[in-house]
Amino acid sequence: MFGRLTWDAIPFHDPIPLITSLVVMLALAAIAIWVQKMKAWPYLWNEWFTSTDHKRIGVMYIVLALVMLVRGFADAIMMRLQQSLAIGASQGYLPPEHYNQIFSAHGTIMIFFVAMPFVIGFMNFVVPLQLGVRDVAFPTMNNVSFWLSASGALLINISLVLGEFARTGWLAFPPLSEKAFSPGVGVDYYLVALQISGVGTTLTAVNFVTTILKTRAPGMSYLRMPIFCWTSLASNLLMLAAFPVLTATLALLMLDRYLGFHFFTNDGGGNSMLYMNLIWVWGHPEVYILVLPAFGIYSEIASTFSGKPLFGYRSMVFATLAICIISFMVWLHHFFTMGAGADVNAIFGIASMIIGVPTGVKIYNWLFTMYGGRVRFTVPVHYLIGFMLTFVIGGLTGVLLAIPPVDFVVHNSLFLVAHFHQVIIGGVVFALMAGYTYWFPKAFGFTLDERLGKAIFWCWFIGFHLAFMPLYVLGLWGGTRRMQHINDPTWAPWLNVALLGAVIIGAGIVLTVVQLLYSIKTRDQRRDITGDPWDGRTLEWLTLSPPPHYNFAVLPDVHGEEAYWMRKQTAIKQDQLIKEPDYKPIEMPLNTPTGVVVAFFASVCGFAVIWYIWWLAILGLIGAFAALVWYAWRDEHEHVIPLEEVRKNARERRRIRKEHLHKLSQST
Amino acid sequence: MSTVSETPAIGLTHHGSEDTGLGHRGPESKSIVVPYGFWLFVLSDMVLFSALFATYASLVNATDGGPTTNQLFDRNLVAIETIALLISSFVCGLAMIAAKRKNMLWTQVWLLVTGLLGFVFLSIELFEFAKMINEGAPPQRSAFLSAFFTLVGCHGAHVTAGLLWLGTMMAQIWAKGFRQDITRRLLCFSVFWHALDIIWVAIFTIVYLIGTLP
Repeated sequence: MFGRLTWDAIPFHDPIPLITSLVVMLALAAIAIWVQKMKAWPYLWNEWFTSTDHKRIGVMYIVLALVMLVRGFADAIMMRLQQSLAIGASQGYLPPEHYNQIFSAHGTIMIFFVAMPFVIGFMNFVVPLQLGVRDVAFPTMNNVSFWLSASGALLINISLVLGEFARTGWLAFPPLSEKAFSPGVGVDYYLVALQISGVGTTLTAVNFVTTILKTRAPGMSYLRMPIFCWTSLASNLLMLAAFPVLTATLALLMLDRYLGFHFFTNDGGGNSMLYMNLIWVWGHPEVYILVLPAFGIYSEIASTFSGKPLFGYRSMVFATLAICIISFMVWLHHFFTMGAGADVNAIFGIASMIIGVPTGVKIYNWLFTMYGGRVRFTVPVHYLIGFMLTFVIGGLTGVLLAIPPVDFVVHNSLFLVAHFHQVIIGGVVFALMAGYTYWFPKAFGFTLDERLGKAIFWCWFIGFHLAFMPLYVLGLWGGTRRMQHINDPTWAPWLNVALLGAVIIGAGIVLTVVQLLYSIKTRDQRRDITGDPWDGRTLEWLTLSPPPHYNFAVLPDVHGEEAYWMRKQTAIKQDQLIKEPDYKPIEMPLNTPTGVVVAFFASVCGFAVIWYIWWLAILGLIGAFAALVWYAWRDEHEHVIPLEEVRKNARERRRIRKEHLHKLSQST
Repeated sequence: MSTVSETPAIGLTHHGSEDTGLGHRGPESKSIVVPYGFWLFVLSDMVLFSALFATYASLVNATDGGPTTNQLFDRNLVAIETIALLISSFVCGLAMIAAKRKNMLWTQVWLLVTGLLGFVFLSIELFEFAKMINEGAPPQRSAFLSAFFTLVGCHGAHVTAGLLWLGTMMAQIWAKGFRQDITRRLLCFSVFWHALDIIWVAIFTIVYLIGTLP
C-alpha cells in the first residue's frame, strides 16, 4: 500500500534532523496560525499564490530563495563546525552518513533552490518592466513554473523528516549513486526533486526568450535593450539548451535505479564517465546561467550610481553572447583526470582560458563606467566593488585550474572548493544582495535601511574571505573536499578561521532579516514617492513604486538607448511632461489556481515515486493532466481594467512626476 | 503613460531605417507569440533527444556479450512503422487545412485518421519491443539495449502524449468550435506532430539503417 514508506522512515534515533524538522514544522504552524489570525488567507491566495503578475511571481521566487538560503546556510555552518571539531582523535558530532547528506544537500539547495530562484526572481520582476511591457509572454505558465520550483524545494525539505537525502555530493555521480551503492531513498529524493523543478526552469526559459525576443515596447530594438535584458536573454538561451540535457541525464540515472538499466553501472557495459560528460554539459552552462544575470545587475548598478551610461555597451553585449556560446565548449575541464588524453585536455583547457577574455572585457567596462563618474557609495556600489575585487581573484584561480597539469594536482581539493565559492559568492551572491537592495523600493515602495545594508555587505565580504582563503592553502597542502574527519592537527587554525568566516556570514544573514523588519517598521521615513529613488536610467523607474498591475498605462515609446534617462533629461530641460496620451482600457490575464494545483499533483506524484507508491503516482499524473485540461477549457482569459481607473492612476502619476521633475529642473 | 517629451533628434526613431521587423514595433500579437514559444519548447525537446542520441551512439557497441543491432532489428517492420508515421503527419496537414476552412466534419475525420495512424505506429513499436524482450533482449540485458529502449521509447512516449493531446483537442474543437485560441493550440499540436517525424527520421537512420548495415 505505502511502498517503502514505513515508520522507520522517521529519524527517531537521530536527534539533529528530528529536532530540526520539529522546529521547522512548529515555525510553519506558527506562520499558518498568524496568517489565520490576520485572516490573510484569501489575500495570499488571490493576490499572490494564484497571481499571474510577473512582479508578484518574481517576489515569490525571491522569498523562496531567501528561505532556502537559511536552510543551505545551516548546512554550511554544520559542515564548518564538524571540520573544526573532528580533528585528530576527535570524531566531531556528525557521523559520516549524516555529514555526507549535509554536503550533498548544501550544494543541491544552494544551486537549485537559492541561486536559481533568486536569479529567476529578478528576471521576472525586472525584465518586463525594463522592456516597457505589461507582463511576460505566457503569464500562466510563469505561475506554473514557479510552483514547480517550489514543489522541488518542498520534496528536498521533506527528505529531512521522512527518510534521508543523497550522500553522493550535489551532482550524484554514479556508480556511487546507483542502486547497488545507494539503495535508500536519498538519491531518489534528489532525482525527483530536480526533475520537477527542472521542468519549471525549462518552461521559464521558453517564457523569457519569447518575452525578450517578441514583446518589447515600441522602438526598443535589440541594441536599445538594457544590459540586464541582454544578460537575461543569454541566460535563458542557456537554460533552454542546457536544462533538457539535465532532464535526460537524470532520467537515465532514474532508469538505472528504478528499472535496472545499465547506463552508468559497473556491469552490463555501463559507463559512468558518460554521466560525467552529460551532467557537465548542463553543469558548466549552469554556472553562466547564474552569473550572466549577475553581470547584468552589476552593469545596471555601475551605470546608475556613476551617473553615466554604461561604458562600451556594445562590447558588453558582444562579451555576453561570446560567453553564452563558449560556455558550451568547456565542460570537460570538470574532469581532466578522466584521462581523455593530452590533446583533448589541451583543447578544453584553452577554451576555458578563452572564456576568461570576454569576462575580462566586462570588468574593464565596469571600471571605465565608474571612472570619471560621480559615484554614489550606496550599498549596491559596495557590492559592485567588493565583487570586482573578489571575482578577479576567483577568476585567476579558475585560470590556474584550467591548466590540466595543475588541475591534476588540485582536482577535487579544497582549492577547488575555495575557487567555485569565490566566483559564486563573489559573483552571484553579491549581485543578488545588490539587486535586492536596488530593486526593493520598486517592489514595495520604500527603501531598505542603508546603514544595516552596509553592515550586511561587510559581513559577507569579510566573512567570505575568512571562510575561503584558508581553504586555498589547505587545498594546496593536499586537503580534499568533503572530509568528515581531519587527520592533521596542524590544519586546526586554518579550519577555525574558516569557521569564524562562516559565523560572520551568518551574522550577515541574521542582519538581513533584521534589516527587512526594521525597514518595514520605519517605512514611512523612507517612502519612494517618485518611483525613481536612485535617479535611474532604465524604464522600470518610469512607473510608480510599486507599479500598478499593468506596469504602464501606455507602453512607452523608445527612441534610443537608456530610454528613461533621455525622457527624464528632456523633461527636466523643458520643465514639462509630454502631451497626455490617449488612455485605453487594459486587458490583463486573469489569476489562475492552475500552477498551485499542477504543482500539488506533481509533488504527490514525485513523493509517491520516491517511496514506490505506484497507485498514488498514477493518481498524481492523472490529477496534473486533468488540471491542465480544465485550464485549457476556460472561456475567460482576461479581465479588463476600465478606462476610468487607468486614467485616474495615470493622472495621479503624472502629477507626481511633474512635481518631481519640476523640482529637479529648478535645481539644475 | 509616456509622460515626458521625446527628442526625435537623438537616435533613429522606430519609424526610421532601423525598423527590421524584429519585434520592436511593440509586442507581437498572440498569433506570433504563442507558436514562437511553442517552437522554442520543441527546440528544447530536440536538445533532450540529442542527449539520448549521444548516449546511444556512445553505448551502441557496449553489448556486454548480448545481442547486437544486426541480430535484433527488422528493416521491413520498421519501414511499415515509418510509413504509418509519415502518412499520419501528412493527414495532420490535411486536418490543418480543414481547420483553416472551419470545416468541422473534415477536421475531425482527418484528426481521427492522424490518431489512428499514430496508434498503428505505436502498436508496431510495442510489438517490436515485446518481441525483443521475449527473445532475451530486454533493456536490462546490456548498456546498448538500455540506450536503444530509452531512445526509441522516449519517442514512443512522445507519440503517446501526442495522442492524448490529439484526443483532447478533438473534444475541445467539438465542444467549443474554431475559437482563435483553440486554433492556435491546434497549430502547436501540428508543430509537435511534425517534430516527432523529424526525430523519427533521425532514429530510423541512426538506429535502424546504420544498425542493419551488413
